Amino acid sequence: MSAPQAVLFDAPGPRARRRILIASVVAGLAVLALLVVAVLRLVERGQFDAEKWAPLVDPSTKEFPQVWGLLLDGLLVTLQAAALAVVASLLIGVTLAAVRLSLGRAGRMPLVALMELLRGLPVVVTILYVYVVFLATGLDVEQFWALVVGLTLYNCVIIAEITRAGVQSLPKGQVEAGLAVGLTKSQVMRLIQLPQALRAMLPAIISQLVVILKDTALAIVVLNSVHDLMWHANKIRIFLDNPLQTYFVVAVIYILLNLVLDRLAHWTQRRLSRAGTEKVVDEANAPVEGEPRRSTTA
Amino acid sequence: MEFLTEHFDDFVNGFFRSLSIALWGAVGSLLLGTLLAVFRVSPIPVLQGFGAAYVTLVRNTPLTVLLFGMAFGVPGLGINASFYLFGVVTLILYTAAFVCEAIRSGIATVPIGQAEAARAIGLTFGQSLGLVILPQAMRSVVPPVGSVIIAMIKNSAVVGAAGVGSDLFSVYKRMTSALGYAPLPVLTAVAVAFLIMTLSTGALLALAERRMAVAR
Repeated sequence: MSAPQAVLFDAPGPRARRRILIASVVAGLAVLALLVVAVLRLVERGQFDAEKWAPLVDPSTKEFPQVWGLLLDGLLVTLQAAALAVVASLLIGVTLAAVRLSLGRAGRMPLVALMELLRGLPVVVTILYVYVVFLATGLDVEQFWALVVGLTLYNCVIIAEITRAGVQSLPKGQVEAGLAVGLTKSQVMRLIQLPQALRAMLPAIISQLVVILKDTALAIVVLNSVHDLMWHANKIRIFLDNPLQTYFVVAVIYILLNLVLDRLAHWTQRRLSRAGTEKVVDEANAPVEGEPRRSTTA
Repeated sequence: MEFLTEHFDDFVNGFFRSLSIALWGAVGSLLLGTLLAVFRVSPIPVLQGFGAAYVTLVRNTPLTVLLFGMAFGVPGLGINASFYLFGVVTLILYTAAFVCEAIRSGIATVPIGQAEAARAIGLTFGQSLGLVILPQAMRSVVPPVGSVIIAMIKNSAVVGAAGVGSDLFSVYKRMTSALGYAPLPVLTAVAVAFLIMTLSTGALLALAERRMAVAR
């Protein structure tokens, strides 16, 4: 994390340290002033009134169990949509990457064009498109599936790109050794290239899961009957007439979920680098993290 | 295809309305994101903490939560504006967090030896920053910031779909409900319009990237 500072600054001397201290105090006061103004405004407009918060935070109110019951129902749908989209994106994405890598230049043209198309479309358009196609073909399924399929179409392409980068960064000797011991090309892909690539790319893939989880909340702007967390939040907001408080609580739920996933990504990354597999990633392209240089910023 | 020829003006207007959301979003988020990145790489702990907290909170909140909180919550604070303005401001606040991280990662790619070499030959802090590090950082910032901008164009569709009025999505809604056209062809036209925005930006950025690439 200290890499940028390590590039930009020399270790500060006594004078610089004094200046930094003064600047810190000034900046601290500015941030504090900003917070005070915001809080005063909130108090003045009655946004801290008990009636706005109690149904969300006070278990003794009669609304509390209902409100949280609805939020949990919504959370369940959100997690279901995210989980289904994640699994489908991973399966299709990895397959896409393998197919794309094994095709010749001419053979992969249509595939690449399709992938670029899906990557260039906003996810909301893709989700709505899937729903409209469902309607046009007379397919009578819930909007929930339009959300899952839409998210999958967009994210499988991203997963495929991540996987392809992982496979291409493997040393050439891996393929050559595989072929030399008599494996077929598809066996080399399945048994040698993909497992190593996926291990190396795991942190990037987990970060993409955060994106999928967040994107489930997009359903609300194009579909009207996916009863996810956001949908219930809107109902609660209308019922309790407390938009700031309701969306604040919902934001906290999403942030906590995503931070857990983020921790998971860091944890896998640490585990993987301890196992020594990070050398598989192309070192020339790896981000420069100046960990031995910490002393310059301390 | 008659809906396209008869209502071509509507589509063009909707396209430019959607484009304007994306353009204001790009200008605003680049400015705010750069400021946040400066905070995060500055030697002042308070600003570093502020930048880090902002990025963590905003990046992990879905855009729609911010959008609805802004559009329905902020008027309760006595601040009133059009949905369009609220939408653009939310898009800027949201994208700035990603721009900040992209700029930071770009700065981090400058090898430490560059700064050390600059100091070793006796350049001052200002010289080594202005002549050696920042010019290289600017170049390596182009690809990550570029992909953030493309993602932002796609997110401007979310702002449009949430209902700012007279953008591509409201054209779609009006043509399919009030005018009774079949949804699929109209939505295809809308999708093509968005593809024009994202793919042309992508091509421009690829060009910029090639021109600015450095062999290292």
